Amino acid sequence: MKSKINFTINGKQTSVEVNLEMPLLWVIRDELNLKGTKFGCGRAMCGACSVHVDGELVRSCSFAIKRAQGKSITTIEGLSESEENLHPIQQAWIDENVLQCGYCQTGFMMAGAKLIEEFSDPTDEDIKANISNICRCGTHPRIISAIKRAASLKKSNS
Amino acid sequence: MKAFSLLFMGFLTFFVISASNPKLDKAPSFNDSIDQLRPESSSEARNTAGLFPTNEEEKNKSLLAFDVILKVLKDPRCINCHPTDDRPRQGDDQHLHLFNVRRGKTNQGGPIQFCSGCHGDDNNVYSGVPGAPHWGLAPKSMGWLGLSDYEIGQKFISKSSNGQRSPEALAKHMTEDALVLWGWNPGENRKPVQVPFEEFKKAVADWLDNGAHVPSK
Ligand code: FES
Ligand code: FES
Repeated sequence: MKSKINFTINGKQTSVEVNLEMPLLWVIRDELNLKGTKFGCGRAMCGACSVHVDGELVRSCSFAIKRAQGKSITTIEGLSESEENLHPIQQAWIDENVLQCGYCQTGFMMAGAKLIEEFSDPTDEDIKANISNICRCGTHPRIISAIKRAASLKKSNS
Repeated sequence: MKAFSLLFMGFLTFFVISASNPKLDKAPSFNDSIDQLRPESSSEARNTAGLFPTNEEEKNKSLLAFDVILKVLKDPRCINCHPTDDRPRQGDDQHLHLFNVRRGKTNQGGPIQFCSGCHGDDNNVYSGVPGAPHWGLAPKSMGWLGLSDYEIGQKFISKSSNGQRSPEALAKHMTEDALVLWGWNPGENRKPVQVPFEEFKKAVADWLDNGAHVPSK
């Protein structure tokens, strides 16, 4: 049975009428046509579908849309206000040229964005211990460098 | 002959239990509150402060019932989130929870990966990730993994480690808390707690009504 769910996504008030058990990931990609968030495993294992819900890191393939009622969701498309004013994690990703195939990267960026809120000067260990996403291309060393760079960009911006 | 005696004993036990507990005229179920399964007289007895005095027979009954409770406490569906360290376990082999998930400050993960990032209030039919209200670890003081029955019993009964719960409150928690009940409804590809819920509920009532005893050393 379909029901109406209201929430905010990337600052915009939105409503969808879908099956309440539908994963948030499907709503983001198929109902709202925001394709930056990726489907990797659908089992909460890989982190490719990571988004923020009320500021917390969430694997959207394992988040039934019924849980989104009244919440504020941020996807990679909403991480920065504009292309001229990138989020430190986006700028650092460009600076460090992190991508290989790119498929896992938006999930890593959402996780990294959350991590630099909690760790102002993250060590390799902080990053490895707190981000469990998977990259098949093995870009992890560049991801670590980019997160550290993003943390220092964030400090210098503030 | 032996079989006949056992059958007779079984009938007798049923008769004695039913007769001594007028509320127990049907099989216990999820919908009964723990008080519905307990003899009328027990509330008086319970008022004699904490672990009320009992005779040897009652104590033995209580300890036998606690053996059943222990089976549940040590079942992977329960003990996986009652670690003595800061890492939840997963599966029947009780491996460390993937993704380096940790207890965090609130027993609910963090600082980046919180339990609620994957676990909701019910089992997720798409991802297969289990869920129940207030999903998270039991406080460290209620960690049982790797402990002896005696040690578990002590932690279980002591208010300083069990969240200030009286034996009655423990019984209520074990038979009514939504996260505990999840153990019997763990979703696809997960074995439910191996002791049937009705048997567990009866054991909790017997344990309480016979003095809430836990094993001594
Ligand atoms: S697609 Fe959600 S964790 Fe892999
Ligand atoms: S860049 Fe290819 S999977 Fe990570």
